[in-house]
Amino acid sequence: MSNSRRTFLIQSVIACSGVIAPRLAFADWAEDHFAPGKLDRTLDRLYADATIVESDAIALKLPLIAEDGAVVPITVSSTLGNVESIAILVEKNPVPLAAIFNIAPETEPFVSAHLKMAETCDVIAVVKSGETLYSARQQVKVTIGGCGG
Amino acid sequence: MANTKIRIKRKDDTTELKILIAHPMEHGRNRDPETQELIPAHFIKTLTVRHNDKTVITARMAGSISKNPYFAFVLNDIEIGDLIRVDWTDNRGLTGSAEQILTDPS
Repeated sequence: MSNSRRTFLIQSVIACSGVIAPRLAFADWAEDHFAPGKLDRTLDRLYADATIVESDAIALKLPLIAEDGAVVPITVSSTLGNVESIAILVEKNPVPLAAIFNIAPETEPFVSAHLKMAETCDVIAVVKSGETLYSARQQVKVTIGGCGG
Repeated sequence: MANTKIRIKRKDDTTELKILIAHPMEHGRNRDPETQELIPAHFIKTLTVRHNDKTVITARMAGSISKNPYFAFVLNDIEIGDLIRVDWTDNRGLTGSAEQILTDPS
């Protein structure tokens, strides 16, 4: 896709939907965010190709080795300000996006959850702070996959 | 509903919220080990946390969250007597909820 066409499409979407609408739409469960596919494609669908910067201000608490991929505990916290959302993605799961949390301004940027992991891969947290996207990743070795039943 | 349990606990200036939901979280790609038939997808899609009448967390998820989901959050500005309520909806339209009032720990 050419750059100008992409820019035009993005501008069209913004023009059609107004300024408030995309934020509201973002809080709805979207089929394409949870579609099977590659991690990069999911990130593009979630954040419309915006740049994501790796950051030390995001702390991931994850096991290095998970004996059971069906239950992998994760805690994501951040010292970044104005955190609007925290997404948790599992690189090699058929559906990479595990969950995305929209967080009100007075709530701590802190979430704990239990993930399924199909195989050894990276777990990525993407934190939206103001208009900027930050990420942190860590590999988890899975000895028994949690998606195969 | 009995299938959604929450616990709120004061921790210094913040309040910790823990959520445990009894739910299969089937993503639709598993097969029944005996019949080899696909187990239909059945997973929670949205979960909201409200402080009194204000939504403080909205979560969207799918089948990559473990069976019987567990979540923990840290909330600010919760006073004794405030109500915390958790609601969820799954892909079949089933819903669950739980609520608790923060009580004085002393």
